[in-house]
Amino acid sequence: MLVLLPLLVPLTTALACVLAAPSPRLQLALSWAGALALLGCAVALLVQVETGGTARLALGNWPPPFGIEFAADRLSAAMVLVAALMGAAALGFQAAAAESAHGALLPLVHGLLAGACGALLTADLFNLYVWFELMLICALGLLVRGGTARTLEATLKYFALNMVGTLLLLAAVALLYGATGHLNFGALGAAARQMDAAALSPFVALLVLAVLMKAGAFPLYAWLPAAYHTLPAPLLALFAALLTKVGVYALLRLLGDVFAGSPALLYQALGWIAVLTMVSGVLGAAYHWDMRRILAFHIVSQIGYMLLGIALASPAGSAGAMFYMWHNMVVKGALILIAAMVFRLAGHYDLRRVGGLYAARPWLATLFLIAAFAQVGIPPLSGFWGKLLLVRESFAQGEALWGAVALGVGALTLYSMAKIWLEAFWKPHPDPAWQPPRARLAPAYAVTATLAALALGVGVYPEPFIAFAGDAAQALGGGR
Amino acid sequence: MTPRALMFEVAMRALYPLLLAASLWLLLRGHNAPGGGFVGGLVAVSASAAYAIAFGARRARLRMPLGPPALAAAGVLMALASGLPAALLGLPFLTHLWTTLPLGVVDLPLSTVMLFDLGVYCCVWAAVGGYCLELLGAQEHNT
Repeated sequence: MLVLLPLLVPLTTALACVLAAPSPRLQLALSWAGALALLGCAVALLVQVETGGTARLALGNWPPPFGIEFAADRLSAAMVLVAALMGAAALGFQAAAAESAHGALLPLVHGLLAGACGALLTADLFNLYVWFELMLICALGLLVRGGTARTLEATLKYFALNMVGTLLLLAAVALLYGATGHLNFGALGAAARQMDAAALSPFVALLVLAVLMKAGAFPLYAWLPAAYHTLPAPLLALFAALLTKVGVYALLRLLGDVFAGSPALLYQALGWIAVLTMVSGVLGAAYHWDMRRILAFHIVSQIGYMLLGIALASPAGSAGAMFYMWHNMVVKGALILIAAMVFRLAGHYDLRRVGGLYAARPWLATLFLIAAFAQVGIPPLSGFWGKLLLVRESFAQGEALWGAVALGVGALTLYSMAKIWLEAFWKPHPDPAWQPPRARLAPAYAVTATLAALALGVGVYPEPFIAFAGDAAQALGGGR
Repeated sequence: MTPRALMFEVAMRALYPLLLAASLWLLLRGHNAPGGGFVGGLVAVSASAAYAIAFGARRARLRMPLGPPALAAAGVLMALASGLPAALLGLPFLTHLWTTLPLGVVDLPLSTVMLFDLGVYCCVWAAVGGYCLELLGAQEHNT
């Protein structure tokens, strides 16, 4: 039953928030109760998985491979925990937001969390598609909330491009079901091992293409920078932590676990896609001056690192991808929230129109430096270990070019972060009469400081986390 | 609002409860024969839509218990709640249970599937019906 709770809790919370819509105070209280309960369930699930092994549950007592199964191994349980953490962080930051939580916001946020947790926990290919759909619907609702022509344009782009991905995903699920007669992950994996790999690989490739679109990989990431920058900051942080990362999780689950024995060509192609994703994302970020656009392009660039780990197709590569993904969900969220605080204090997201924050708010500057250096991968912060695992495995497998690009992209990431630092914090504000407004930012400081402390803590003491990622990776693909 | 059609309005007063009764019959019948929550919900949607054409979307919305968003949420909550008895008995979530309630003269068969189907019915009625009423309301606005 514990396997299902991280799905049932946010789903029930979303529905209860709809029913409580006439009373905003009750809705907010329910939302907090739900977010904290989700965090508690995620911790309990992780403890259970760590001590008792993979937890499984067949819905309605229909035995797999016929019924829908939910399963939590270390990978799923840890992903659920980070997702729950970022959900609580976004809600905490929302408490400091200028705009109040309007009727549909909280139900949609919890619906998004339910979709993410469902996708992370299900052990059924069609069910995975259903949870992706729930996430897409809630994301569309959150995008369209702005109600201006700009947000509607962003929503339309997001909807059109994601719909193509959804249809491809559905077609791939149908083709795989036709070829193997199974949807359950375990049964699919067993069937795939018995079949001719060449017969199944076109369908697997179609599935990978669809999931890559959801994950925001080159050249199918156009929807991400086109839509994300119109979102309010707490939601942008949540989207960055959940949507694309669930796509990456699905890819890791499919290519690293269920269809682990796919032809090497597929992994080679994924490796080059990863390299191009890294480079094109970081170059897009270098071009822009709007902090939200810079960070949105960096989401794409960082996806490339995770794909690189999956493309290496070894336990060490998968472990690197996992560690990097967990680190990135936290650090990227922190950076986006700090950018939102810069916006509240200095009045603009455009770097050319802000400045002077190092003198006015030295603690905010410190938080930014920690998060930015963690993202770039400077020791002793969490990003360093993620990159180390990935680059070391690239060179160990003889993929020197992939490893070298990963290092070079790190340098360009430093360029973008230095740009934000120099423009927003170091240079004086362009308006000499500017004074930081008296904004209620205490919850925002608490949230970002917690996330930065996590990045610092994992960076200083990485051993248990790396060991955990290694254990989780060993269990994939039947121990491969 | 569209011009009033007196005969349609008078007929609709009687047809609305009849259509809802038919939808409930489909819901209950679906247990062992073709029908069920989804189909029943769609018939209830047709009742709401026809009522909206006769009397306007606003009045049709008032005739829907709780209003569309809350009714849809309540429906999904009912469906989720139908899985809880099994979980409390230590069975996997959504394992369905059947029992009969003796009422002296007749035995009333009860099951958790019934609650699940009722939830589907409410959700379909409110979600699809809500869309219909919004669209009909927008059309009234334009004419």
